Amino acid sequence: MGLTAQSVKLESLRDIYEIEKNDKQYVVALAGNPNTGKSTVFNYLTGLNQHTGNWPGKTVVSARGQFKYKNNEYILIDLPGSYSLFTASKDEEVTRDFLCYGNYDTVVVVADATCLERNLNLVFQVSELTNKIILCINLIDEAKKKNIKIDKEGLEKELKIPIVLTSARNGQGMKELKDLIEKTSQIIEEETEKSLYFNQDESIREKISEDNYNYANKLKQKYVKEDVNKLNRDKKIDDIVTSKKFGIPIMLALLGLIFWITIQGANIPSQILADLLFGLQYKLDKILLILGVNDFIRGVFIDGMYKSLAWVISVMLPPMAIFFPLFTLFEDLGYLPRVAFNLDHLFKRAGAHGKMCLSMCMGFGCNAAGVIGCRIIDSPRERLIAVITNNLVPCNGRFPLIIVLSAAFFAFTGSFVDSIIPALSITLIVLIGVFATLSVSYLLSNTLLKGIPSTFTLELPPYRAPQVGRIIYTSLIDRTIFVLSRAAVVAAPAGAIIWLLANIYVGELSILIHMANFFEPLGRAIGLDGFILIAFIAGFPANEIVIPVLLMAYMSTGTLTDFESIDSLRQILISNGWTQLTAINVMLFSLLHWPCSTTLLTIKKETGSLKWTLAAFIIPTGIAFLVCFITANLYRIIW
Amino acid sequence: MKLADVGVGKTVKVKQNSAHDYLKERFLALGLTKGADVEVLRKGPKNNLTVYRIRGAMIALRNEESSLIEVL
Repeated sequence: MGLTAQSVKLESLRDIYEIEKNDKQYVVALAGNPNTGKSTVFNYLTGLNQHTGNWPGKTVVSARGQFKYKNNEYILIDLPGSYSLFTASKDEEVTRDFLCYGNYDTVVVVADATCLERNLNLVFQVSELTNKIILCINLIDEAKKKNIKIDKEGLEKELKIPIVLTSARNGQGMKELKDLIEKTSQIIEEETEKSLYFNQDESIREKISEDNYNYANKLKQKYVKEDVNKLNRDKKIDDIVTSKKFGIPIMLALLGLIFWITIQGANIPSQILADLLFGLQYKLDKILLILGVNDFIRGVFIDGMYKSLAWVISVMLPPMAIFFPLFTLFEDLGYLPRVAFNLDHLFKRAGAHGKMCLSMCMGFGCNAAGVIGCRIIDSPRERLIAVITNNLVPCNGRFPLIIVLSAAFFAFTGSFVDSIIPALSITLIVLIGVFATLSVSYLLSNTLLKGIPSTFTLELPPYRAPQVGRIIYTSLIDRTIFVLSRAAVVAAPAGAIIWLLANIYVGELSILIHMANFFEPLGRAIGLDGFILIAFIAGFPANEIVIPVLLMAYMSTGTLTDFESIDSLRQILISNGWTQLTAINVMLFSLLHWPCSTTLLTIKKETGSLKWTLAAFIIPTGIAFLVCFITANLYRIIW
Repeated sequence: MKLADVGVGKTVKVKQNSAHDYLKERFLALGLTKGADVEVLRKGPKNNLTVYRIRGAMIALRNEESSLIEVL
């Protein structure tokens, strides 16, 4: 059976694989095993910033970019990594289908120089589909460090396809790659139908794989020289990092350390930003006064929009700008798959998939991204569990709230020992999230989503030295733009609305107070108050605004204060009746409550089911109310 | 002998891959074909996962999976 567009009747899918282009443009596809640096090659060529990281399955949807070389324009498609064109997890299907039905002019198969034998299998398969193929042996710098030598000329002669040795992250060999792309794109291939020989008989395919691999092994023996001692470097690190005894403790210690650095580092930039932004507010206010703008409009703009914008930036940005570069360092190092390795037994017992760990890690950045990341999980049942529970990992929008509140309420004197407590409490919050994830997974897989755990294969990629400078630079810029745009798009309008609600009166009280009074009993029951619930509801489009909205709501009813330090934040909250219980419960509620609107839309898109989208809303919300109800009552009994 | 029963530090050769369907395909893609060398590197927490060196890459498998590989 030939696997072609016609035989599978995928006419309707053609649009996706027909990349629109003009005569001067060529389509270049990047394929390859997972984690060989395709995205790095992509970024280098296009100048774009596709997320990179050292773990298999990071790219689950194809990215698209363009570059010019000499007189031609190239459209570059970064395909999700795949081991073979025959195994089909959801992300690998994208690659297979594109290579079978897509209208590309060249395929660049990116291979890992340190693991060539395994990578060649895919090269053989792709060269069966097309002769417009380039083998890009990437990570040649890593190979050099490990004393691996590759005889390019010999291999080229043997395989009869052009080969280039590259190190995409420092640009080595990239000009040569562009030259090859230029040359290969000009080749006019006979209009044959691209087809991949797929025999129903497993034993025949087994024989083909065997032959492929025997050949790959022969090529490796002949053209690749390795140094066995250097190969054992990763093994030695992994003997400790993934050991039975130290694996999990090391992981927790690292997590705690990252939080500690984040809290310690965020304070000063927070203050600088606040001084700057609130200083500017004062001036803006004056200008509007001089211009004779009336009080109401001035209120909407300055006290509503500008102030919440300033709050989001000064409170939310610094922790993000520190946490994410640190997290990315570990990601680039190759640590995430080790985390999945260490925790697999827990996920297995919960009836979930070990790779859920990876989608959860993506959830730290953004739950919507985490939900899409669940595509690396092959079994539909387990993917659904991962999708529904992803929200129980605190994302970009909620992390700052947790960080700021734990810094405000759990650090007292500023001594070193004291500074550890907030870091510990955040780690604890994350662990509660993980525990909730596991519990929900367990419940789901024993009720609505019954089934046995599916198969599991996890590659532990070689450790790679992260490019510290580049990571800090790009993820700082990345996060800054992200936070700023969210602040502008969501926080400013929300600020205006809240200000209006606080300043339009119905009877004796403002609308905001009426609303807060309505929610007050429910809020009280779970150790919060009416304003906090309103802030969380207002945070539905973006969780970043929960704290700013809350402060605005509080301040509109009492004294107006600007952000000066974490301490002034605590003062405002305490004067509005907060206790440590309130802080704990706000953190827990933030961790556990409903997903934001973007995440819900993504869940709807990924599952295609309204029922599961609803479940993804109800389950965490239920847990949030239940847990906060319990802590509130426990607190009242004990104190 | 099954791959799952091989002790840490030993290197064995694949005799037969008895998995089916999707998993079989995955095994083949990873290079677990007849005659392939597999080195047992380490057991993870709770003896749940074992790391193997297969075709130069480190791959972790659960016991359920590694019992489907017959080795010499």
